Amino acid sequence: MTFLNLDHISANPLLPEVKDAMIQAIQSDYHNPSSQHQAGEQAAELLEDARQKTAQLLGAQDAKEIVFTSNGTESVNHALKGVAFANREKGKHIIASNIEHNAVHRSLKRLSSHGFKITSLPVDQGGRVDPKEVEKAITNETILVSIMHSNNETGTIQPIEEIGKVVKDNHILFHTDAVDSVGIVPLDVQELQADLLSFASNTMYGPTGVGGLYIRRGTRLFPMLDGGTQENSKRAGAENLIGIIGHGKAAELALRNMDTRQEHLSRLKSLLLEELPNYIDEYIINTNLDHSLPYLVNISLKYIEGESVMLMLSEEDIAVATKSACATGSLRASHVLLSLGLSHADAQGTLVISFGMENTEEDVYRFLGALKNIVDTLRAMSPLYKKANQATAQG
Amino acid sequence: MYNQVVMDHFKNPRNVGEMDNPDGVGEVGNPLCGDMMHIYLKVKDDKIDDIKFQTFGCGSAIAVSSMLTEMAKGKSLEEAKKLSNQDIADALEGLPKNKMHCSNLGADALHQAIQDYESRRDGVSLKEPEPQRKESHEHSEGERCYCPYCDVELGDDFPTFCKACQSDLGEEH
Repeated sequence: MTFLNLDHISANPLLPEVKDAMIQAIQSDYHNPSSQHQAGEQAAELLEDARQKTAQLLGAQDAKEIVFTSNGTESVNHALKGVAFANREKGKHIIASNIEHNAVHRSLKRLSSHGFKITSLPVDQGGRVDPKEVEKAITNETILVSIMHSNNETGTIQPIEEIGKVVKDNHILFHTDAVDSVGIVPLDVQELQADLLSFASNTMYGPTGVGGLYIRRGTRLFPMLDGGTQENSKRAGAENLIGIIGHGKAAELALRNMDTRQEHLSRLKSLLLEELPNYIDEYIINTNLDHSLPYLVNISLKYIEGESVMLMLSEEDIAVATKSACATGSLRASHVLLSLGLSHADAQGTLVISFGMENTEEDVYRFLGALKNIVDTLRAMSPLYKKANQATAQG
Repeated sequence: MYNQVVMDHFKNPRNVGEMDNPDGVGEVGNPLCGDMMHIYLKVKDDKIDDIKFQTFGCGSAIAVSSMLTEMAKGKSLEEAKKLSNQDIADALEGLPKNKMHCSNLGADALHQAIQDYESRRDGVSLKEPEPQRKESHEHSEGERCYCPYCDVELGDDFPTFCKACQSDLGEEH
């Protein structure tokens, strides 16, 4: 059976055009873009071309506002720690939410051990941060607000424009972790009023190992890496030129094909949600369907555990992600799912299904067929299912 | 992630299901920590004549349950009482380090089922069993935190390394 990838949140395949651009770059043996000679200048032109295309994708006014990094995590670390340490004289208070990715969550935890005070806002039942709560949390000491654009587990999109307005009305710096959004959903740093925005190339079918940070001109932050003057002195170290050339192509195609992408992915997601009740019962949709990424659905299957489902699907050559405590190795249920008010047992049965451009409607049906058999098998084995059935029979 | 023996027991679990009128029942675990196991026994001439399991849990919890029932079937109660967590993990030819707690669950469930059988036989009421393991690794600010590998309390409020068992706890532990 052919491999079916429904785990695009973990990895996207490279687009053929991106591969071609990278292969050509590898064969060209480009020089260091910082070198002053002709070979260096030729490399620098390619680097700046990728920067320009990224700026267009994000609606940045100046390509210099884009800094290439090694991934989304580095971008987030740079934004949070860079702003915190450069602005600590103004205040030491930072606001974020309870559902941030670990890159944000753990960076803020690190900052709290350096004397910064962190306010982590709850989300409503729909998994969204209330902009009014952001406003209430702001103090004279607040130097930064960081709220993610879309959540990597649930796909729920936050009201970033409204939050951006609140934050900017209070003259505070605003960062959004848009790693799972950029290249798939249209967004514009001017409309969002973001001073800083993190992204990763693989989300838009570019290479892993390339990410970036939009830094609005005039924003004060320290670099994460000290050294040379690469990336306008904001990120030292020789650039990953081959990866960045691939990313430039991915950014160009993302902008050109945004509508087609959204339409294709939304269609698959809608089909899955429509057909799901015909295959299984007793599940919870953890994604806010009014505000979410077109390619991702988070489902809790009651009475069974997610890692078992994931492993059985894997035996059928189908890849999905799970956020059950057992699968992450952390032995803790996902902080995102618990923030939504899910019980521990329900949080254990969570699957994250994420579509990509190569998926088809047949793939949706193949997945549903396999899932039905697996759910039946595991529920027959589950003492929780037995108990729930007994309770229903008695009730 | 798992070896072939574990995957075989996970994919083709032995002795799975409920049992009518069992002589002894062991119920351990908690959905909070991700797994829950029920063991049912039929005892004949002080030997485990039949054994069944029902498990809510990850691949390793299911494989442990299956292997446990295979190992216990036909054994005398005294022999079965001696089955340890390590015996089950060894029979499975090893489990990933952070899944070793699943094997603890297996032995606990079996021992509890035997205890339940003996209590019924002797006409004494079974006292609430002492929890053999930490029921949860869930913790928030200020709460105590334990190493998921060796269950030793971690002192540091930002622990990424367990000094007791020298395990790297990574980003999320």
